[in-house]
Amino acid sequence: MLAAERLDQTFAALSDPTRRAIVVRLAKGEASVNELLEEAPVPMTQPAISKHLKVLERAGLITRGREAQRRPCRLEVAPLKEATDWLERYREMWERRFQAIDDLLEELKDKESRHGKSTKR
Amino acid sequence: MAKAPSGKLSITLPRDTEILMTRVFDAPRQLVFDVMSKPEFIRRWWGCMDGFTMPVCDVDFRIGGKYRFVGRGPDGNEFGFSGEYKEIVAPSKIVNTEIFDPVPDSPAICSMTLEERDGKTYYANLIKHDSKEARDGHVGSGMEYGAGLGLDMIDELAQGLARVPASSGTHASART
Repeated sequence: MLAAERLDQTFAALSDPTRRAIVVRLAKGEASVNELLEEAPVPMTQPAISKHLKVLERAGLITRGREAQRRPCRLEVAPLKEATDWLERYREMWERRFQAIDDLLEELKDKESRHGKSTKR
Repeated sequence: MAKAPSGKLSITLPRDTEILMTRVFDAPRQLVFDVMSKPEFIRRWWGCMDGFTMPVCDVDFRIGGKYRFVGRGPDGNEFGFSGEYKEIVAPSKIVNTEIFDPVPDSPAICSMTLEERDGKTYYANLIKHDSKEARDGHVGSGMEYGAGLGLDMIDELAQGLARVPASSGTHASART
């Protein structure tokens, strides 16, 4: 799958606030469906939460354990990191640009002071 | 010479359709204004990321004048921006439209203001889009892929995850 397609899939899965809450909960450690139900910030039914878990599982954001009874849900870190890194890259791009501007400004300030037009005040 | 500590840059999303960037420069306002408006200077910073070049930097800096910037990434993919200068008040304000090539029908309005206090320049750039989708696409521009993503969503998630101790028992995946 292309990076862009994978990102689309991740973001489609994360477009729901309940699913984001599940992801944040699972970041603290694995949990069974029952545990997720008990800790849900708003009351939910088991079929509703199972539906959300299926979406997250299909997107590769979580995996389910094998134990027949408990089948704990675990967070898969890689696709999530790819998504949050993406916003970070936008910030980094601008940080790089602004640092280049800082360097350029130092150069221009030096040039001005050498020409006797001191900008220091 | 780079003495800018990182973290001085602030990027916030004041409304669904807006991005606000602020930064302080340790230089008088006139110099910052020149760096933002003269093509020989724009070339030095706009496409400065590793492996990037800037094949086009055309600037007709007057009200009603047009500009065009094209960046080329390490993979050879190009991304182009163009627009028109709507308002110029030297050395304190520039308002221009900004159109990202793949989405010609959704221009953004960029209002940059510069204030000078104690020899430092306070830069603010407010980027307004006509829709949330266009704004989220904007952040993708200049990146390797331009999928329209929900910025607030990532922000919320990143903040939620930041509150989780790093040593917790998450299942690290080898998938990349």
